[in-house]
Amino acid sequence: MRLVLEKRERRLKRMSLLIPLFSFILSLLIGAIVLAASKADPIQAYAAMAKGAFGNARRFQYTVVEALPLLICGLSVGIAFRLRFWNIGAEGQFVWGAIGVTWVIQFWTFLPDPLLLPAGILVGMIAGALWAGIPGVLKAYWAVDETLTTLMLNYVAIGVAEYLYIKAWKAPKGILGTPEFPEFTQLSQVWGKVHSGVFIALALVVILWFLLYKTTWGFELNMIGKNPVAARYQGVSIEKSIVIALLISGAIAGLAGSLNTVAITHRLTRGVNAGYGFTGIIIAWMSNLNPFASIIVAIVMASLTTGADALQIAMKLPESMGAVLQGLVLIPLLAGSVFHDYHLKLIREEE
Amino acid sequence: METRERIPVVSMQHITKHFPGVLANDDVSLELHAGEVLALLGENGAGKSTLMNMLVGLYRPDSGSISIRGEVQHIRSPQDSMALGIGMVHQEFMLVGNMSVLENIILGLKDLPVVPDVATIRKKITELSDTYGLQVDPDAIIHNLSVGEQQRVEILKLVYRGAEILILDEPTAVLTPGESRDLNRIIKKMLSQGKSAIFITHKMDEVIEFSHKVQVLRRGKSVNVIDTASVTPRDLANMMVGRDVLFTLDRCAFNPGEPRLRLSKVSVENPLGSRPYLSDISLSIRRGEILGIAGVAGNGQTQLTEVITGLLRASEGTIEIDGKDVTKCTPLQIIQTGVSHIPADRGAMGVVGDMSVGDNLAMKKYRTHELSSGPVVKRSRLRLFADKLIQSFIIKTPNQDTAVKFLSGGNIQKTILAREIDSCGGILIAVYPSRGLDVGATEAVRQNLIAQRDAGSAVLLVSEELDELQMVADTIAVLFEGKIMGIRKVSETNTEELGMMMAGVGGDA
Repeated sequence: MRLVLEKRERRLKRMSLLIPLFSFILSLLIGAIVLAASKADPIQAYAAMAKGAFGNARRFQYTVVEALPLLICGLSVGIAFRLRFWNIGAEGQFVWGAIGVTWVIQFWTFLPDPLLLPAGILVGMIAGALWAGIPGVLKAYWAVDETLTTLMLNYVAIGVAEYLYIKAWKAPKGILGTPEFPEFTQLSQVWGKVHSGVFIALALVVILWFLLYKTTWGFELNMIGKNPVAARYQGVSIEKSIVIALLISGAIAGLAGSLNTVAITHRLTRGVNAGYGFTGIIIAWMSNLNPFASIIVAIVMASLTTGADALQIAMKLPESMGAVLQGLVLIPLLAGSVFHDYHLKLIREEE
Repeated sequence: METRERIPVVSMQHITKHFPGVLANDDVSLELHAGEVLALLGENGAGKSTLMNMLVGLYRPDSGSISIRGEVQHIRSPQDSMALGIGMVHQEFMLVGNMSVLENIILGLKDLPVVPDVATIRKKITELSDTYGLQVDPDAIIHNLSVGEQQRVEILKLVYRGAEILILDEPTAVLTPGESRDLNRIIKKMLSQGKSAIFITHKMDEVIEFSHKVQVLRRGKSVNVIDTASVTPRDLANMMVGRDVLFTLDRCAFNPGEPRLRLSKVSVENPLGSRPYLSDISLSIRRGEILGIAGVAGNGQTQLTEVITGLLRASEGTIEIDGKDVTKCTPLQIIQTGVSHIPADRGAMGVVGDMSVGDNLAMKKYRTHELSSGPVVKRSRLRLFADKLIQSFIIKTPNQDTAVKFLSGGNIQKTILAREIDSCGGILIAVYPSRGLDVGATEAVRQNLIAQRDAGSAVLLVSEELDELQMVADTIAVLFEGKIMGIRKVSETNTEELGMMMAGVGGDA
């Protein structure tokens, strides 16, 4: 008897659920080996993580708060990925969102108070959109490789932010960073730690699902992503579509950045590049670019982070173990994607 | 010795093979004797390749047995079949382009020492080349060789490994007529050395020319095994399709209307080459006319159709549709003037393989009122629309949600044809629309083109096959090195004249 990979006749719907689920379980098993190697009882460790992430309302709230920027960044890169545009620049676009909102709240004091917050978020989105638009235009019109441009622009964005909170916009006294935002520009909390950004994120999921699956625009993105030559032959303008998709992708990453600033940090300061943009790539992949699936995936990924804190306290394991476990999620998942098109077949040898 | 002679070298008995949803081979038996060429004839999807893939160990039969030289064998891999002296030349060659002929031949040999004795190997290759007329330089780099030469390397590779039984999958599909004759000579030589061959094909004239016996497969079943000498191409075609095949097509009398598409002195520069893709092309197509473009591939056919459809920019000249200048229009604007286009490369351009049959059928119309309202695609309408096309064009697919890449070549082409004809606003551009299709599908394509013409469309048909053009077109323009050599009415020209013009001789230029 032997096992062979055989091509599937067609893709099965239920596989898009089963494959990530099975991959996740497999990654837990691999994680268990790593934990055991670090002389920790895997079952205890996972239990501690689960308790840390979901154990009570307060902990779950922390997990949700952590999940929101991940979810929004996942939606952001997901749009670009649909076009096979590998936007790994959500981190930088996120930072520009934070810069944009800070700029408005700190300096646009001529605006009436209630307008400051929405204007700030809007400017943050525009800043993110423009930052993503640069590699978009470069790719669409001059075929410049986007993995390099989006990645490098992250470091430029982070550098700009550092210059601003360390020097140019620094608060005259006190801790590092810009002055704290006035209270009326901070996002209100709706359930314990969970801020009203949760509504924005969920609305965004619905809007994007509709745009991607129900509109002619979504149909075109699908065509371009799967066969750009055929899309062009059908009259779709690839250049325009790339630039528009990137502007939207960047605007959403910018939204994540500005929401996190007005809801959590209340100022532009160190830690603005917390890696949400990069983790968003994992969210997009694991959710198979489906906005609704992104919600679950974002919560799972966030629970690995909040759970890792518990791991540190309860099990005396280094905090980096959480990062190890997060990374482990990705490997079986990427390897598992082969099962969308192939399945294992057991062949019995008849002698 | 007498009895040994009669034992077939290959005997496949009652072979059945299922794939999910398909019965690929249904109780098929096949025998091949030494020194014999068997042609395996059938339409696309008749089960020819599946049967042969079982013989070389790529698939395993669900039931039935395979005997080689009288002994039952379980062939599990191509290595197993090679050890039995069976080798297959696949349609897509399995050669490494930037390595030499010699390197390709010894690549993957199991008992090769770490430092191969190149001189001995080269000598052996040269000997084999001479024996079988497989002339090729052992030190040539593969990608510098012509397709015909590469095929010889593939055969040489098998002979070097000791193949006695050669399986050739549509070997002449990629060859020029001259190269086909060479191949025929090579095979004859191999037969005289006691080797034998199986030939997968769907071309009748090839069967007549190459084989001793022909076995016809239809929908997974073996329908006939006969001596080639006793059949005509028409018999074979009928057996293959299972009904009478039309060799002439019904059509209305030629009665063209006003011109719909007109090109005046159109040129397209070639940024890489010395000669422009197209120079000074002037032609017009009228309502109710099929203009055929004849010529050897690579003489500007693709560029001609792309410049009309807006995918390529003309450097000079004007293109008019219904008297309006469309030279600078985008592909979308051209589509909106009513131009449909069946592209040459159906997999790369014609469809999005990973999208469903339904979505692919909707690709010309998803932005119109028929399938969407405003920016929202109306899925229920799209489903009805797709099912209607699947039915009327007889596209064989499990359902409209199946990804197009899972369909056979003929059904992919029917999907494109259905979409382009349904959305056609009176100008249809078809590039090699029947290339690689079997008899039944080819017939359907041609009938559809003629139906469009009879309904008053202006049709541009690019084809490499003169007999197709003479059968389908009203007028033929011959393209040579980007120029039009001449435009003739089909009724006022002949194969000789067209052939001369295709070679760049004669004409009006």
